[in-house]
Amino acid sequence: MSTREFTCVVCPNGCTIVVDVDDDETPVVTRVQGNVCRRGESWARQEVENPMRTIASSVPVDKGDFPLVSVRTNRPVPLAKIREVMEEIGKVSLSAPVEIGDVIVPSPAGCDTEVVATRRIRKIV
Amino acid sequence: MNMKNGTIPTICREVVVIGGGPAGLAAAIAAREAGCGSVLLIERDRILGGILNQCIHDGFGLHTFGEALSGPEYADRYIGKFRDLQIEAMEETIVLSLSADRLIEVSTRGTFQRIEAGAVILAMGCRERTRGAISIPGSRPSGVYTAGAAQNFMNLENIMVGKKACILGSGDIGLIMARRMTLEGAKVEAVFEILPYSSGLPRNIQQCLNDYGIPLHLNTTVTGIVGAGRLEGIRVAQVGQDRAPIPETERFVPCDTLLLSVGLIPENELTREAGVEMDPVTGGAIVDDSFMTNVPGIFACGNVLHVHDLVDWVSMEAGEAGKFAACYVQNGSCALPCLIPVKPGSGVRYTLPQKVSGERDFVISLRVAAPWRDRSIVVRSGGREVARQRHMRLHPAEMIRIDLRKEAVAGCPSLEVVVE
Repeated sequence: MSTREFTCVVCPNGCTIVVDVDDDETPVVTRVQGNVCRRGESWARQEVENPMRTIASSVPVDKGDFPLVSVRTNRPVPLAKIREVMEEIGKVSLSAPVEIGDVIVPSPAGCDTEVVATRRIRKIV
Repeated sequence: MNMKNGTIPTICREVVVIGGGPAGLAAAIAAREAGCGSVLLIERDRILGGILNQCIHDGFGLHTFGEALSGPEYADRYIGKFRDLQIEAMEETIVLSLSADRLIEVSTRGTFQRIEAGAVILAMGCRERTRGAISIPGSRPSGVYTAGAAQNFMNLENIMVGKKACILGSGDIGLIMARRMTLEGAKVEAVFEILPYSSGLPRNIQQCLNDYGIPLHLNTTVTGIVGAGRLEGIRVAQVGQDRAPIPETERFVPCDTLLLSVGLIPENELTREAGVEMDPVTGGAIVDDSFMTNVPGIFACGNVLHVHDLVDWVSMEAGEAGKFAACYVQNGSCALPCLIPVKPGSGVRYTLPQKVSGERDFVISLRVAAPWRDRSIVVRSGGREVARQRHMRLHPAEMIRIDLRKEAVAGCPSLEVVVE
C-alpha cells in the first residue's frame, strides 16, 4: 500500500487528489479522495493504473519549403510506450508535399493511434 | 530610388493589422466579417501563423474548437479562413514606423512604401526575456538560449541545441522544452525556479517534468555561467525570502546547454512611437472596452497588449478588436466615451481593459498576484458588489476572465477588482 498525491489537470479547479494504491505487481487504486467531480476520480485512477499521453515530434522532409514536418498522435498512447513510439517516428523521413492529417505511422508500437502530420509542407521545385 | 516625399509609393487601406500570428489573423478575419472591404495584414516572417508554427505540442483550441490541436493546426484553421475571405497579406514585410495619424512605413525585401490606414490593429505579440534582461553573471559561451529560440531551432530548423541541459524558469515554454529535449535524446538535468511556486500550468508540470523524472527546484536560481567557447556548466543557489542567493547553498551543475524561460515582454516599440499611453504592469497599451488605445483609430490585442496563457483567449480578444476597428472606419468612430476606470485592488496584479464605457457588455481579463486556494474574485464599485466569481484555486500563471453585462455596471463611477 502506498499513497500518492496529484494535482488534477482535467479542469482549472486543479483539485489535490490523494490516491491509495495497492502496489502488488501492477498498481491498483483502492481509494480516491479530494476530487470534486467524478471526472477527477477516473482521471486519477487512469493516472495510476495506465497514464495516457498525446505525444508530438517532427519528421524530416525532403524537397519541402521547410526541413521538418510536425507530427502528433491523434489518440493518446500509454505513457510507458512513448519511448517506443518516438523510436518509430525517428525512423521516418518523407518527401514533400505533406498535408495536415496525412498518416505518417499507422499504429506505432502497436498502439491504437496514428501518427499524423500537423502542418502543410509544400514541394519546392 | 528617390526617397523624397511624394515619390514614395503610397497605398490606402481601411484596416491595417500589424502581425500575422494568432491575434493578427483573428483580428483581420473579424474586421473583414464585420464588413470591411480593404483589410491588410503585415507579417515580418515568410509565413503566417507566428509562434504557433513552432509550438508542435497539442492542447491548443480546447475552448474554440473543442479539440486539442497542435500549434500549426490551430494556425491553419485561421489561415484557411483568412485565405477564404481573400484578405490581403504582405509577408516578409517589416513595419519601420507608425505615426499617431496612422501613417505606416514598411519595407518588403528591400522595397519601401507608405500605407495610410483608416484604423490600425497592433498584434505584434511578445518576445522573450534574455540573459541580459536578468543579468546572470559569468562568461559568454555558446549554449545559452531562450527556450523559444531553442524551440524554433529544434522544431522548424532541425537543429538539436545540446545534449545535457538545464532550464531556468518554470514557465510553460521551459517545461515544454524540457520534455521536447528529453524525447529527442538529450538529458535534462533540472528546472530551476526562483519563485516558491512554478509559473507553469499544473498539467505541464505533470506531463513535461514528472513523467520523465525531471526535478523542479523551487526557490533556486542560476548565479553563474561557466565555460569558454561552449557552456561547461552553471552555478545555482537557493534564494532567501528576498530572492537573493544564499552563498553557502551554491553548487556547480555540469551542462552544455542552458535554456531561459524567464518571462515574456510585449513588443511595443511601434506602439510607443505612435504616442500610445502604456500600462507599466502589463507592458502593453492602455485600452478601453473596444480595445482602442488613447490614440484614436489605433487598437491593440493579443500578447502585445498583455501576455496570455491560452491562445484561445488571444483569438477571442483579437476578434473583438477587429470588430471594433471595422466599426471605427465604417462610422467615422464608434468610440463611446470610456469614463469608468477599472483598477486592480488587493491580490490582483492587473486588470484589462483599463477603462470602460458602461454602454456595452465587456470582459475583464486579470491575473492574480500570488497562488491561493478557495478565494473569490470580486468586482466592486465603492461599497457595492458588482460581480463575484468563486475559485477553488487561483494561480498567477492563469489568466482569469470575468464577463460583465452593461446593466451590472450602470451608474458605477469606477470599478475595482479584488481577491477575497
